Amino acid sequence: MFWGSRKTINMNYFPDEVLEHVFDFIRSHKDRNSVSLVCKSWYKIEKYSRQKVFLGNCYSIGPERLIARFPGLKSLTLKGKPHFADFNLVPDDWGGFLYPWIKAMAKSRIGLEELKLKRMVVSDKSLELLSKSFPNFKSLVLVSCEGFTTDGLAAIASNCRFLKELDLQENEVEDHRGHWLSCFPESCTSLASLNFACLKGEINLASLERLVARSPNLKSLRLNRAVPFDTLQRLLIRAPQLVDLGTGSYVHDPSSEAYNKFKAAIQSCKSIRSLSGFLEVAPCCMSAIYPICENLTFLNLSYAAGLQSNELTKLIQHCKRLQRLWILDCIGDKGLGVVASTCNELQELRVFPSDPFDAGNAAVTEEGLVLVSEGCPKLNSLLYFCQQMTNAALITVAKNCTNFIRFRLCILNPIKPDPVTNQPLDEGFGAIVRSCKGLKRLSLSGLLTDQVFYYIGMYAKKLEMLSVAFAGESDKGMLYVLNGCKKLRKLEIRDCPFGDAALLEGMGKYETMRSLWMSTCEVTLGACKMLAKKMPNLNVEIINETEQTDSNLDDSQKVDKMYLYRTLVGHREDAPEFVWLL
Amino acid sequence: MASEKDLNLEATELRLGLPGTSDESAKNQMSATPRSNKRALPEESMSSNATASKNCDQETTPHTKAQVVGWPPIRSYRKNNLQPKKSEAEPSGIYVKVSMDGAPYLRKIDLKVFKGYTELLKALEDMFKFKAGEYSEREGYNGSEFVPTYEDKYGDWMLVGDVPWEMFTNSCKKLRIMKGSEARGLGCVV
Repeated sequence: MFWGSRKTINMNYFPDEVLEHVFDFIRSHKDRNSVSLVCKSWYKIEKYSRQKVFLGNCYSIGPERLIARFPGLKSLTLKGKPHFADFNLVPDDWGGFLYPWIKAMAKSRIGLEELKLKRMVVSDKSLELLSKSFPNFKSLVLVSCEGFTTDGLAAIASNCRFLKELDLQENEVEDHRGHWLSCFPESCTSLASLNFACLKGEINLASLERLVARSPNLKSLRLNRAVPFDTLQRLLIRAPQLVDLGTGSYVHDPSSEAYNKFKAAIQSCKSIRSLSGFLEVAPCCMSAIYPICENLTFLNLSYAAGLQSNELTKLIQHCKRLQRLWILDCIGDKGLGVVASTCNELQELRVFPSDPFDAGNAAVTEEGLVLVSEGCPKLNSLLYFCQQMTNAALITVAKNCTNFIRFRLCILNPIKPDPVTNQPLDEGFGAIVRSCKGLKRLSLSGLLTDQVFYYIGMYAKKLEMLSVAFAGESDKGMLYVLNGCKKLRKLEIRDCPFGDAALLEGMGKYETMRSLWMSTCEVTLGACKMLAKKMPNLNVEIINETEQTDSNLDDSQKVDKMYLYRTLVGHREDAPEFVWLL
Repeated sequence: MASEKDLNLEATELRLGLPGTSDESAKNQMSATPRSNKRALPEESMSSNATASKNCDQETTPHTKAQVVGWPPIRSYRKNNLQPKKSEAEPSGIYVKVSMDGAPYLRKIDLKVFKGYTELLKALEDMFKFKAGEYSEREGYNGSEFVPTYEDKYGDWMLVGDVPWEMFTNSCKKLRIMKGSEARGLGCVV
């Protein structure tokens, strides 16, 4: 690659260390995988020098095989449950257990330093074993995981002597209100990142202050609801070097001493670029934050339900350099107009519903999105929950912003047509995929026919992940996508009229993909069985919650939930009884 | 039993058709949706009167909330932790399946509507027509053919009543009313 095509040079004459040094510069997983395919000696060198491994599906390979393949493993990312598990579509106990991985790595004396997990079941036992088995362990990031309590965190705090990062994002943690934070020994001064915003219980505030005081490298600190304003102010004084701050409770009396001290303290935090939290907030006091707003690149107010639209817009008007904004829909279309006129550098916008169950109440519509597209041409990532959307708006957005990599639209009523024309939203989404040639991730909603899939198959050539709900009319829809989207890796479908013909005709494609999810579609048990039989490198799993046994269902019956994924290790051994492995 | 019209089922019906139409073909295409995990309609819901009337209110008000499982696609963590501005009753309850040994089908109840074990047991007894007997910490349920048990989030089967109510509602995944003869290991005297 680097050396041109001079035939006289044979890379094998270079000592291994040189090749290894060269490979060090190759960071991306895809490239490293390619390198290992070149020849036997490259394979070997790459194998032993590989430190970082990413497994998008923890069941695609087993821990023992992974360790054998990459014995130098130091950093592992694992994802467990399918994405729709986030929305309660996957029953508890489905799988995704961390323990076997820790056990295997501990046994093989892997020098694990970093572990990043998403949608996995993490037990206290696995956290304890982790904390005791890897002396150089530095970084634990858990996203949307469950199964552990603060006891597990106590083990991490107590035993990981060089811990740099403990980042807990949106996990369901059973809080035993213990003193896990106090378990960080006095000798622990290495913390650079601490995020416990998702914990519900009290923590020892004095321990927290001491911990922050002795962590000079602390750059990222995200507190939970139980940390009061008073403590926040004291922490800021001790950590003016913070780059990323998540407040806990932001409720206080504006006339109080603490508030004045806070105002002073925050002014010296000149490095803060990322701000989140405000889990409880007294709206009148956001002005204290204004001094640091002009430097913010990331603002996450998506849990700040106490802030009204005018408060939000006043704050945002100070944030001229914002690149990423996560907000609640109570900001309204007008508020999004303020975002559009202020935040011209904006790349990512996420608008969450403040009242998810009342479809009549979402405060943003297509108007807000159009305004943002006009003011923020660099926009490349969108998650937008709204009341309604029109084709005209989507076409305008597509014209204004051609850089979308991620485009996720969620109309709260999932089969709502364009309210102006009463047409499906096929043309609008069609415009998006036609215009945004780099689109990698797309989520659809609204009334949609097969036509939208025709457009997706035709134009979305770089698409890697597609989420579909309540859309389409026939198998043709699904086939357009399977045949046209060459780079597709993940396809998740719910409540669509796609059936056996589409499932089976796409057979050859699934080995090139990570996974396929289909629930409440028209797929029958017989087709799933046939697929499983013909494709031995796929695991085809049926989730059956109706307490019927195998013998009661015949092949013509529709399956409620099917999840298939490619794998090197065949059927998993930890499937619960409601998961049938075909 | 209220007629279909009175319950305004059409308003809550999710189908692939434009609003206001009652297209035959749209109805045929709807074969996917009847199996979807929609909220139980009032006449099918649980025995507890409080819950039934609560459901009726929600299902027939003009601003009908079409409650489909998993929609809108928001992480459960976010749903559970975002405190909405209005503090009326949250629509998301803690629904758990209830099975009884020997009964042909399961029921579902919302643990959130009960204030404690007494109310829960009364509701279960009404629903399945049995008597649970006296609960004591030492001996479990005395003097009953049936014993209420639950599966906690770690997969263990526990006797209902042993832990504080809040802890129970947070960790209960499903309920099973066991026949006394099977429950011996749980320290019950039948």
